[in-house]
Amino acid sequence: MEFGPHLILALLEGLVQASVLMLTALGLSLVFGVMRVVNVAHGEFFMLGAVLAHVVAGWFGAHPALGFIAALLLAPPLVALAALAFDRTVLHRLGHDPERTIVATIGLLYVIQQLTLMTFGPEARPVTAPFNHRIAIPWIETTAAGLSFYFPWGLSTTSYKLFVVVAAFAASAGVWLMMARGRVGLVLRATQLDRETAQAFAIPVHQVYGFVFALGAGLAALGAVLVVPIRQAHYLMGGDPLLLSFIVVIIGGLGSLRGTVWAALLIGMSDGIVSVFFSPTLAKILATLLVALVLVYRPGGLFGAKPA
Amino acid sequence: MTKSATSKVGRRAVLAGLGAAAAMPGLTRYVQAQSSEPIRIGFQVHRTGIGAAYGRWYDRTSKAAVKVINAAGGINGRPIELVTEDDGTDPKRGAEVVEKFATAHRADVVFGTLFSHVVIGSAPRAGELKLPYFVVSEGHHVASGMLNRYTLQPGITDVKSQVQAMAPFVADNLGKKVAMIFPDFAFGHDHRDFFSAAIAKQGGEVVAKIAIPPTESSFTKYFARIPRDTEVLYHVMVGPAVLTFVKEMGEFFGASRPEIFGFLDSLEAVDLATPGLEFLDGTYFWEGNPRYAQADQSAHDKFFREAVGVDANGASVSDAKDVSTYSHMFGCWETLHVIKAGMEAAGYQGPADRAKLIEAIEAMGPMAESRAHPQGAKRFNGKTHQTFGHQFISQVEGGRLVLRHRTSIEDTLYPDEVDYTTRPL
Repeated sequence: MEFGPHLILALLEGLVQASVLMLTALGLSLVFGVMRVVNVAHGEFFMLGAVLAHVVAGWFGAHPALGFIAALLLAPPLVALAALAFDRTVLHRLGHDPERTIVATIGLLYVIQQLTLMTFGPEARPVTAPFNHRIAIPWIETTAAGLSFYFPWGLSTTSYKLFVVVAAFAASAGVWLMMARGRVGLVLRATQLDRETAQAFAIPVHQVYGFVFALGAGLAALGAVLVVPIRQAHYLMGGDPLLLSFIVVIIGGLGSLRGTVWAALLIGMSDGIVSVFFSPTLAKILATLLVALVLVYRPGGLFGAKPA
Repeated sequence: MTKSATSKVGRRAVLAGLGAAAAMPGLTRYVQAQSSEPIRIGFQVHRTGIGAAYGRWYDRTSKAAVKVINAAGGINGRPIELVTEDDGTDPKRGAEVVEKFATAHRADVVFGTLFSHVVIGSAPRAGELKLPYFVVSEGHHVASGMLNRYTLQPGITDVKSQVQAMAPFVADNLGKKVAMIFPDFAFGHDHRDFFSAAIAKQGGEVVAKIAIPPTESSFTKYFARIPRDTEVLYHVMVGPAVLTFVKEMGEFFGASRPEIFGFLDSLEAVDLATPGLEFLDGTYFWEGNPRYAQADQSAHDKFFREAVGVDANGASVSDAKDVSTYSHMFGCWETLHVIKAGMEAAGYQGPADRAKLIEAIEAMGPMAESRAHPQGAKRFNGKTHQTFGHQFISQVEGGRLVLRHRTSIEDTLYPDEVDYTTRPL
């Protein structure tokens, strides 16, 4: 492939990855920012979203679009409900203690993974995209007759991939609006800043925690529902999103939404570009190296508060 | 109380009693072994992990074969009992499972492993335990001499012989400049090395070798590395993401694809009628055993299909969407029949006869097409512990695979690289 088309393809692939990563990482970042809970089971909520999408889409088998819309509307709330139940029954009883909740969510990771294996089975299962058209992208070249358009080999994307990017950005904008403008956001930010003072101002902190944990899981599930027509639902698919989300959240600054968005774009895009031009393994190496450098030189993250 | 009771009995009496107690169960078992005690075959299966789709069908095929063999009188009149353990498609777990078969289950032999990294992880332990280990893996590691006297592959051909038989067809009919995409572990490396050598012999060349980690879930970034002057794309993929792999291949090329030659591994357990696979029409596949019942289907294939519960389209008779791994699973059926034939030839009585069983199978040689060998005739090489057989090339036509070419066994032969019979038993 020539350099120009190759780069465009890399950017497109990176953008799809970055937008899904952004949603997943936002969920992780919210949970950590507000609750100080490091949710190790976050990737499993992602997987659960994809698996439920397959199940729900199967109920409405008549038309792929109908099944997908049903999955989009039902799967994330179902995952959020499961997360809420876990918060009520376990995290709440641990007093949302940062250390003990890590162990609890590690346990949850295995419970979700094995329950899915026992019920859904070990196979990868597809969800049909509601629409999927190949869009070939033209490129300019200089010929004897001057500049002309042509369609380079392999330079293409699909309408569904573009939809994933748009939907992920719209959902992220929704989260940002809620945090920055709405009354809910005010309550969340107050809880994030100082839990005890917030409680003194009659903010029901534990209900806020339950809401945030459910929202975080729901965002991961939403990202999964969007990506499952491109990939497939599989019980082991939660590992990569968890690792990448942690990388993003550390680089962006724990609890900083703005930082999370920028870091997701940075990691997703660079992963796309490095994967296409060099190798996917090198992309992971570079991302992990960046985490190490950030932890050493900017422990608060690129966009997080500087440590006092 | 206890103390005084034992002291009254005396040391010698206790020792004598212990000896008798130890001998008794062994004695009764030996007596039973003569008549009716089942032959215990440890079945190492990929029930979970990246090999799960294969595992499901290996399981169904093996159970069907055991049912057929037992209905016809078992092995020397003794029924087969299949003892199943999941290895999670994980090499470390694989070695543990082999150990468990030997010690906890007291299996007579072990069989069934597919993924090459699990075979390579498990076989050394089987060799140390002197436990006959029958793999159904396709990997070249058996015939390469990398494993041991107790590891055999009598039911399925290896990658080296498969690709060697494909190369002339690819060079003559599709093109000489080949880009290869393969999974980045032993099985994929076998494809890379042996196909490169085989196509060079036909005057062709491999213009790109693209390795993909078996756990990868998105593939467009790899397709971008296919050179523009590629005439033939050669693909082989395994793992849970194979459908994504082939779909993204179609989206990448659009209407201007090169010739495509794939190993059906890339679409095992996947319905060819899945939306997004239309672009495969006209492309070619290697098949280990034709998934769609062909016009000239043999009576043996018909019998095999019915026994396992597979319809004429290669899917489960109870669920048309549950597509089988037809190119591989016959290997379990044939291996179990080879174990039966070997045990009967060796007069196998129990674990003490394991070495005799190995020697009996090493002496087997040609195997005729039959109910025991529904995929076709085989030629077992006792020195390399590897079987050789026919290969199939099919073309996608209207969402079905139509057989175009059947290679001879001679097309798949290559010089021996090892003589396991010289190694001690």
